[in-house]
Amino acid sequence: MNKTHQDTNGLARHTALFLAAALLIPASALAQDDETLTKQVELEEAPEAKGESYFDYPGMDELPEGEFGEAVRSGMEAFVNTLQHPEAKRHVGNGQNCANCHLGGGMAANSSPMWGAWGIYPKYRGKNDHVNTMDERIRGCFTYSMNAGASEAGGPPKPDSQLLKDMQSFMFWSARGAPLGENLPGRGYRSVEKPEDGYSISRGKSIYEAQCAVCHSGDGSGKFTADGKQIFPPLWGEKAYNWGAGMHRINTAAGFIKYNMPLGKANPVKKHAALSDQEAWDVSAYMNSHERPQDPRWEGDKASTAEKWHDHACLYNQEVRGHTLGEGTQ
Amino acid sequence: MQRRHRLGPLPALLLIALAPATAAANDLGEKLAKEGNDNGAAACVTCHGADGGGNGAAGWPRMAGMNADYLAKQLDDMASGERDNATMKPIASGLSAEERRAVAEYYAEMEVPAEAPGTDAAKSVLERGQAIAQQGLWRKGVPSCVACHGPGGDGVGADFPAISGQHASYIENQLTAWQDGNRQNDPNDLMASVAKRLTEEEIKAVAAWFASQPARPSAE
Repeated sequence: MNKTHQDTNGLARHTALFLAAALLIPASALAQDDETLTKQVELEEAPEAKGESYFDYPGMDELPEGEFGEAVRSGMEAFVNTLQHPEAKRHVGNGQNCANCHLGGGMAANSSPMWGAWGIYPKYRGKNDHVNTMDERIRGCFTYSMNAGASEAGGPPKPDSQLLKDMQSFMFWSARGAPLGENLPGRGYRSVEKPEDGYSISRGKSIYEAQCAVCHSGDGSGKFTADGKQIFPPLWGEKAYNWGAGMHRINTAAGFIKYNMPLGKANPVKKHAALSDQEAWDVSAYMNSHERPQDPRWEGDKASTAEKWHDHACLYNQEVRGHTLGEGTQ
Repeated sequence: MQRRHRLGPLPALLLIALAPATAAANDLGEKLAKEGNDNGAAACVTCHGADGGGNGAAGWPRMAGMNADYLAKQLDDMASGERDNATMKPIASGLSAEERRAVAEYYAEMEVPAEAPGTDAAKSVLERGQAIAQQGLWRKGVPSCVACHGPGGDGVGADFPAISGQHASYIENQLTAWQDGNRQNDPNDLMASVAKRLTEEEIKAVAAWFASQPARPSAE
């Protein structure tokens, strides 16, 4: 596993994906062949921006007054300082804030901005194979990326709870004037095609140590103040996103890393990358080659969980450095 | 009463155990700060003040309460030329590695000045500076200052120095130096990358806001 790594499973599917990319068929269209995950077509990647212009989201000086304004402010606070928000923090079972993966307080283009997400829900998601409302989508984030199972509340916020109303008020406000049902440039992360020769976890380790550890610490535990405020998010271990979060997929994290990290060096809104595609995949694989909280969809053992939920580019139930990943953390 | 008596000797023993090394370093650091040495290193207090608060009019930074490793690295870099500073070069070079470490620790342990350096910037400028410091300028890809320098800009470990309670003149000079490529000793080119995305007006605003904030001990 210390040399260049090629997935051994799903080879046919990857070949199909490669062909699809070559023919400019949206990769997601092929997901129809994958019975375990997807029976319908998901939204394809967002189109390129024309020039460098993205949706013109509102500024802080446009925050509304009154009860709706209070909901927007509360939702924004829950999004940016999730670990401090009195209600949101009860549903966080790790050390993450929403804005750690959605930079710019959920506003930065190519960093999964909320203004890009708002107008495409309700939406079909292959992940759970049904149409999701935004309410359900946010609960999914809590379940996986925020590991809500280990939180004080023991799970994600209840449907239509005040917290979810507040967070949706914030998202709705952030998308004021955006067209509904349109796949806006800047939505989601850019996808970064898997390099021809796969990826290398050991190369990823070197990149991590040179470029990431200064903020996220050598052991991936991030940095916190003495009174528990998060400064830099943990990337693996018990305070990180769990094995069910989108970020544990090597392709997804590579897409995030490529145009967002290192913070301040890459620039998502200018689509400026600090790392090559290869480096983004390598370091994503290294990050995701460590233990993290268990997949909440646990099927009783790693092999069954892997078979049912991990037929994608990830290292769950794969052996790395002599250890079969997917044990979870306590 | 009995409990206090039983616990009493332990802290005292610890103090005795730790005292010699710390005291020696502090003594050397204090002597250098106040008197300099015979090898060309002038006394630090001449420019940085007896309280380590620096001098805003001259652009000398506050050092009191800053991270020891950060200060030591800056002195090392100014001695080696990694950080190009004509004024500090002869002073830092006049100190041995051990002396640079001692003086860094002396200032790190010093209490932060009670008062903010202050600024005469207009309220609108301060509000703009605060917004940049806390939220960034994401329309053009500038992260907030506090994202790396920690909540309040109080500094994080050896790599992200405190910028709250720092003189506006010093912050402006440094951001400009990074923009121009005259300062390059940041980890992974992070500060230079961000500084190059800022305008002069934004630099002035953010520098003024941090100068309006009192210094606080580092976050880590």
